[in-house]
Amino acid sequence: MADIQELKKIASQVRRDIIREVYLSQSGHPGGALGNTDLLVALYFEVMKHDPSFNMEAQGEDVFFLSNGHISPVFYSVLARSGYFPKEELKTFREIDSRLQGHPTTHEGLPGVRVASGSLGQGVSVAIGMALSKKMNGDDRTVFVLTGDGEQQEGQIWEAALFAPHNKVDNLVLIIDDNGQQIDGPTQEVLELGSFADKYKAFGWDIMRMNGNDMEETVKVLKEAAAKRNGKPTCIVMDTEMGMGVDFMVGTHHWHGKAPDKEQAHTALDQLEETLGDFAAEGI
Amino acid sequence: MLSLDKLKSTGKKATRDGFGAGLKAAGDKHDNVVMLTADLRGSMKSEDFINTYPDRFIQVGISEANMMGIASGLATGGKIPVTTTFANFSTGRVYDQIRQSIAYSDKNVKICASHAGLTLGEDGATHQILEDIGMMRMLPGMTVINPCDYNQTAAAVQAIVEHHGPVYLRFGRPGWPVFIPEDTKFEIGKALPLSEGTDVTIFATGHLVWKAVEAARQLEEEGISVDLINIHTIKPLDEEAVIASAKKTGAVVTCEEHNKYGGLGSAIAECLSKHAPTPQEYVATDDTFGESGTADQLLAKYGLDTPDVVAAVKRVLKRK
Repeated sequence: MADIQELKKIASQVRRDIIREVYLSQSGHPGGALGNTDLLVALYFEVMKHDPSFNMEAQGEDVFFLSNGHISPVFYSVLARSGYFPKEELKTFREIDSRLQGHPTTHEGLPGVRVASGSLGQGVSVAIGMALSKKMNGDDRTVFVLTGDGEQQEGQIWEAALFAPHNKVDNLVLIIDDNGQQIDGPTQEVLELGSFADKYKAFGWDIMRMNGNDMEETVKVLKEAAAKRNGKPTCIVMDTEMGMGVDFMVGTHHWHGKAPDKEQAHTALDQLEETLGDFAAEGI
Repeated sequence: MLSLDKLKSTGKKATRDGFGAGLKAAGDKHDNVVMLTADLRGSMKSEDFINTYPDRFIQVGISEANMMGIASGLATGGKIPVTTTFANFSTGRVYDQIRQSIAYSDKNVKICASHAGLTLGEDGATHQILEDIGMMRMLPGMTVINPCDYNQTAAAVQAIVEHHGPVYLRFGRPGWPVFIPEDTKFEIGKALPLSEGTDVTIFATGHLVWKAVEAARQLEEEGISVDLINIHTIKPLDEEAVIASAKKTGAVVTCEEHNKYGGLGSAIAECLSKHAPTPQEYVATDDTFGESGTADQLLAKYGLDTPDVVAAVKRVLKRK
């Protein structure tokens, strides 16, 4: 049984990391990172079986792919806090000569990253390939992939959506961050996406829903999805609030790709308990 | 050492058939080879592999972007994925997928592309890609190979499967003379000398190697001694061999079924301009799209036939 309070404490620290990473580099994407914090904490600290000593092929491990690579601050924090690399490295986010590139990459050899992402719409296909390799290898672990909701406007997504049910890729869990926001504004104004549940159901996926900012529910739904093997891939339509955890960042696309100034950063940090010790950094 | 008198056509077979044979052989040897196709299994001549290893064959349907992503994921899981479709749909259509999910992500994916160039024939310019070598050569870390006949294509497939890293392998549709002896070793990144000479160098790749062989025979009869070198690997280029031959002859002709921009001719020029500036003439398409027609008609119309190679040699000799 998961210790939900413990996971919430980790999430609070991860949200602090996100604010501090983005503040220090004065660039990056805090909004989506904060909204997806509970999901990534649930995956890496409760749901997934994974080994921070990091083996690319991940035989016998669950695997997570981040398709919407711009929320890298949360990915990096969770990887560091899980032991993939020292947390002190978080201060190098988006700096020259850093392994923590603006968007995640394998190119700099950062443990925990298995594919580059940033150009949107590609991660679901990659996750399918990994899931197929697991089936071929007789490895029954699960492959998770996260996309944004705006990202679902990419055509490649729907190629993948057709492929996975047809090929019974049932060790695949796609999570769509349905926060209703993208860079240029609300998704319904930029390009209406309609009901993900109806669309994916029509394509032959099993549909689940969860509030991705409710830790208890998130853990429960993810575990159920991971255990399921019924010939169908699973799509979790996840409600989150962009900017969750920081009052002035919640529910708006204005913090999609904008860094806080010093005062704003401190206002944000005052709302987030330091539970595991901040990474050391000068200037904040 | 090969020479013109040893390069006899033993009949016509398509390079794509060489791919099919090579894939089956590579599959026999390596059980982690997985083939993917985007609704073109028949055109890729791979029924042998598919029928022998149905569990290692993935039909993706007409969705090349998804195919490239799946290949990246398979490689992440330790497989050696071989993607197959026409060259146009293997490159331009999916450039960003290859760039991010394969090349930048250091994935061991083999992009195998048939029906490259004008010799695809009647389908016309929509399918006749003449820019693919350039696009793929621009990607950091990508190996680019364009074999010249059935035997060399079959050997190349084995070599790329045993090479770690992303590879673009480009071949074609029509029956084509088979002239590279079956036992010729295929080494990625190593130029293959076909005939030694002193007056002019011809660097050729893909189908145009046969045209260059025919041209070299005519030129030898006219007393022009040709150093004929097959560059099957355009990247990484065998710079040592290129520089040595250019310095020896002082005149270079490049032959390829590709636009004059970005392909073999560009690669040779980039190398020689730095290390051994040499007069160079191009046998390549002249920054144009193709059109419908037979392979032979198209090669003649677009200046990629034997007389065009001969003429290019004579032009470059005047510039020595």
